[in-house]
Amino acid sequence: MKVLIIAEHKNGQLSEATRELFGLSFGQEEVHAVAAGEGGEPLAGPLGELGVAKLHLINSPALASYTGESFGQALGQFIQQFAPDVVLAAHTPQGRDLAPRLAAALDAALATDCIQVSLDGGQVTARRPVYAGKATAEVEFTGDSLKVITVRPRTVKAPEPDASRSAEVAEVVVELPGQKTALKEIIASDNVRPDVTEAAIVVTGGRSLGSAENFSIIENFADSIGAAVGSSRAAVDAGYRPYRDQVGQTGKVVSPQVYIACGVSGAIQHLAGMRTSKHIVAINTDPDAPIFQLADYGIVGDLFEVVPQLTEAAKNRNGS
Amino acid sequence: MNIFVCIKQVPDTTTRIKLRDDRNGIDESDIQWIISPHDELAIEEALRLREQQRDSTITVLSAGPERVTDSLRMALAMGADSAVQVDLPGDGDSTMNASALAAAIRRLGPADIVFTGKEAIDDGAAAVGQALAVFLDMPCVTVVNGIDYGDGAITCRRDVGGGSIEVIESPLPVVVAAQVGLNEPRYATALNIIKAKKKPIDTLTAEDLGVTEANRKTRLKNFELPPPKQPCRIIEGAPADQAKELVRVLAEEIQAI
Repeated sequence: MKVLIIAEHKNGQLSEATRELFGLSFGQEEVHAVAAGEGGEPLAGPLGELGVAKLHLINSPALASYTGESFGQALGQFIQQFAPDVVLAAHTPQGRDLAPRLAAALDAALATDCIQVSLDGGQVTARRPVYAGKATAEVEFTGDSLKVITVRPRTVKAPEPDASRSAEVAEVVVELPGQKTALKEIIASDNVRPDVTEAAIVVTGGRSLGSAENFSIIENFADSIGAAVGSSRAAVDAGYRPYRDQVGQTGKVVSPQVYIACGVSGAIQHLAGMRTSKHIVAINTDPDAPIFQLADYGIVGDLFEVVPQLTEAAKNRNGS
Repeated sequence: MNIFVCIKQVPDTTTRIKLRDDRNGIDESDIQWIISPHDELAIEEALRLREQQRDSTITVLSAGPERVTDSLRMALAMGADSAVQVDLPGDGDSTMNASALAAAIRRLGPADIVFTGKEAIDDGAAAVGQALAVFLDMPCVTVVNGIDYGDGAITCRRDVGGGSIEVIESPLPVVVAAQVGLNEPRYATALNIIKAKKKPIDTLTAEDLGVTEANRKTRLKNFELPPPKQPCRIIEGAPADQAKELVRVLAEEIQAI
């Protein structure tokens, strides 16, 4: 079985989500990687140490920035010619846009956002969340076609690199005729904190904060522990926070190491978006709030009293 | 303009998921079905585009069994001109659904623009928009939360995560997958909901569209509910003591800070 990993990178800097893919169980299968973009040469080092036998580099100025169309064409051409059995990518904004394009163009089976993938013994099995994590399901591949699989970030731990290993490098040339779409501009985020989907700790506030200004209580605590600020749908609908911060079935699904819900009652659609967090903390005045059924640690109390104390306690602990 | 919208019918976000006895799917008996929220944005965007381009028609498509006609009627009540059920099993995968929807659009088109949601909140595969575009040989812009309509082209704002935005220009025809923020979907009025009950809904069968089980590449099975949680450990005391203890837990037990 030929396994191909799509390595996501920025000017030769390997993304953490790609690194995690090597924590999957590949058995004895030979693992190849492909990287599209510009300046990908330095990837051979870290990818080799992670276990890649050969890195296929598609270097082109036309691929300096990601567009679904150009990357779809470039990687589609390479995959067609390389003919792997399985293509793996991280379920990042780039991976989730790209994988369905590749699967459709290559007549492949597609399984996105998987939380378990095994390739042991030539058998491919995958499991993915459904209904935003209210359940999970195994993906049965009904035919023998190519399988394109994306893996949810932060579900697999990246292995330690092994400096004794190295990867061969092969240059790949592709044709990119007649691009229809063009990336005109990238407007950088004005978020000074980590994104809720990427942070190790998320502190979330709900509508009980009462105003956008009062969210400073949540922000101060988040800043004292290096956390992202999340929001319930109700607080977004009330205009307290931007949609960017919304956690839940219609917002973002997050899976941090610690999720701290402050004044969030735990509507089922919110729980769906954070239930796979490793540790859940709930702070709420109502001891019967559904959030406590999911929480590992709880404080029954008023967030306006408790959260500023948490900020203090965290600062004292940091000695600042 | 010839505008198409592809919507999926999904269980309401408040649904408590129960599994079928064979665990190869969910128990659909008590489910309240809705239009997937991002697909409502797609319908709304089509309605707003028609307000700008008066000679436009909006055709709404949904792949699935007979029950999806309720969601199609809701789309008609919101203001779509016509609705077509693409008669497929409810458990079709993204590839199968996109193949059938693309075939339907080819038959009813040509389309100038196709709107859909960035993902459906049931399987959350986030794949039909891109796959449709490949099958229709159109460009596709996903996770779009803003569109400027130009002459034969559109400029889209893509939400690429973390609050960053990509500005993408594309000629028509194009497939656009809608993200929250694109617009605020209108509510259908009670009168329009009643009127929509009498409107015809066409059906295209898998056979009409040349789609068979061979178009399916995956099937979901062996569903599992999340394991029950250990009971919550309630931290007691005055707020200052509770705070100190929780910070100690975060630092020492979980080692997160």
